[in-house]
Amino acid sequence: MSRTKSAFLPLFVLLIFRREKKFDCMATTKMTTATGQFGDRAFKWLTLAMAFAVFVLIALIGYELASGSHLAMQKFGWRFLISSDWDPVNDIYGALPVIFGTVVSSLIALIIAVPISVATAVYLTELAPLWLRQPLIMFIELLAAIPSVILGFWGLSVMVPWLHAHLFPAMRGTLGFLPLFKGPDYGPCILAAGMILAIMIVPIITSVSREILRSVPGLQREAAYALGATRWEVTRIAVLSYAKKGIFGAVILGLGRALGETMAVTLVIGNIAQIVPSLFSPGATLASTIANEFTEATGDLYYSALFELGLVLLGVTLVVNIFAQLLLKTFAGPSVKPQN
Amino acid sequence: MKMKKIILSILGISTATTIVAAISGCKRHAVAVAATATLVATNTQAQTLINGAGSSFDYPAFTKWFEAYGKVDSNVRFNYQSIGSGAGQKQLLGQTVDFGASDAPMTDESMATAKGKILHIPVVAGGVAVIYNLPGDIKIKLDGDTLAAIYLGNITKWNDTKIAALNSGVNLPDLAIVPVHRADGSGTSFIFTDYLSVVNPAWADSIGKGSAVKWPAGIGLAAKGSEGVAGQVKQISGAIGYAELAYADQNKIPYADMKNSTGNFISPSTDSVSAALATAKIPEDFRFSMVNAPGDKSYPISGASWVLVYQQTKIADHGKPLVAFLKWAVTDGQKLSSQLDYAPLPDNVQQRELQLLDTIK
Repeated sequence: MSRTKSAFLPLFVLLIFRREKKFDCMATTKMTTATGQFGDRAFKWLTLAMAFAVFVLIALIGYELASGSHLAMQKFGWRFLISSDWDPVNDIYGALPVIFGTVVSSLIALIIAVPISVATAVYLTELAPLWLRQPLIMFIELLAAIPSVILGFWGLSVMVPWLHAHLFPAMRGTLGFLPLFKGPDYGPCILAAGMILAIMIVPIITSVSREILRSVPGLQREAAYALGATRWEVTRIAVLSYAKKGIFGAVILGLGRALGETMAVTLVIGNIAQIVPSLFSPGATLASTIANEFTEATGDLYYSALFELGLVLLGVTLVVNIFAQLLLKTFAGPSVKPQN
Repeated sequence: MKMKKIILSILGISTATTIVAAISGCKRHAVAVAATATLVATNTQAQTLINGAGSSFDYPAFTKWFEAYGKVDSNVRFNYQSIGSGAGQKQLLGQTVDFGASDAPMTDESMATAKGKILHIPVVAGGVAVIYNLPGDIKIKLDGDTLAAIYLGNITKWNDTKIAALNSGVNLPDLAIVPVHRADGSGTSFIFTDYLSVVNPAWADSIGKGSAVKWPAGIGLAAKGSEGVAGQVKQISGAIGYAELAYADQNKIPYADMKNSTGNFISPSTDSVSAALATAKIPEDFRFSMVNAPGDKSYPISGASWVLVYQQTKIADHGKPLVAFLKWAVTDGQKLSSQLDYAPLPDNVQQRELQLLDTIK
């Protein structure tokens, strides 16, 4: 990407110089319009090319992953997606447990992060006193700036031991009748991974939701107040229902990050590819498996299977996004979209 | 006269910039200095840059060797990418590097795809310590069958009769065993699973050996890197794991004495690994496994790491300096690597390697 950009840089400079020239020779109007038109057109094509470069990039990534995973596709076909075997010694590969781990850990992250983020966004736009807003926003953005490996390390050395000593036994005591909270717990597990992911996606969902809530027209609120609504009713009816489509978009953005997160997850998830009901048991995700096993993958088929995991990850992200779009269309109402 | 003045002024300017660059340490200037330095070097004698890639287990040894070898022959420079054994083998097969480094010998299949004969040169050896976390200051002893049974999930409590039989007089707690293994593919896992496969038929049949294997389902957990395994074992009471000796020592985690093939219980150390190397059966091509080596002082869970080179070097003038370096590394270099907890290669192995290195063209 950056290379394409730098290649276009001289063109930009050229354009700017042409503009300067325009002011120099104001007298010769004919020439000016010609130059101006050329400049506009060139700019239009240039921006088009930039926008198109993104498509090309994604297509290239998809192509590379597909050609890299050719060998595994040929050998396993669709069985790759539904088989639970991952056996490098006998060269048999199946991705189901890691797909399961990816989806479940991301879902846990959403369940934790969405209420927190939306509540924070509502507080910041509707309720917080002015002097408090800016510092709070700054702290949330600071949270987004923490590198994932630092969060992961903190998770491993501080959060996980605490969960193991305090929260998990408490959960087992109160919710232990559910299969979700049964079984042994060693500390690192799918639930811990979901919690780390939640911390990582809260800033994204909060900031985008806040922008959307801010763009809800003031008239909307005033109308609701005029009807005698309480503050809660105004927020619920006039603001949240108006902004739900946009907030949904914010959630999908967060989910996108959760699905692909690698380092922090690897550190706290326990890295055992398995499908079990208990959230206290270790799991593995697509991204963490690729990161863990890529460097030492010696066999061609093994290598190819790891490429296919990458392709599956791309596919899962795509499916989630399409599903989200469909969901949005089904529940369409008067709403504000994310403004980007 | 005028010409002389110009030359003098150019000289003066370049010296000045060099001094300024040296003082300021600015990146752009540093490049200029480096460029000047190479220019000077090429004027006197061509400097050779030798590229290598592979095992991260070897990386600390290489770093130390490259630095020390600068004093032996300053005309050779090295560039080593610590990208993992698998990737190192790939790079060598793709002929993008002069040598690869791997914690596991290459398989016949991948050797067959190479464009030329590949030689295996063992350069370092190390022991894998079985680390554990038990309350109190308990020193335990284990044998291969018990260790395999623990990782297969057949022994689940520390006070199991099989463990107790090996540790008479030790007060073993009634605590669940949490086996921890490596999440990433690794030479350490290769040595560990190689050992279990050799000593335990059940393990060999159901799991096998490899830098990544299909670990028995639903048992314990896995962590990234030796430091990850060591960290988890330290955190979880009742955990057992395996890591290179250096990690166990640095993290001050207790490790078990392992029963070797003669029935002695041996603690991992550079000496007991060297003893295993000295008695291990090493074939002509040096593709050997030294786990469960004979000899009453041998530590059973140990392995070597190899430098991989083409017998017919691909870049003609890289052959000589590379061979000279490798000869130095397997002899004089061993004193340096043993400071980093690698076991030194015994004399008999060194002599055989020198002979093999002489065949490289």
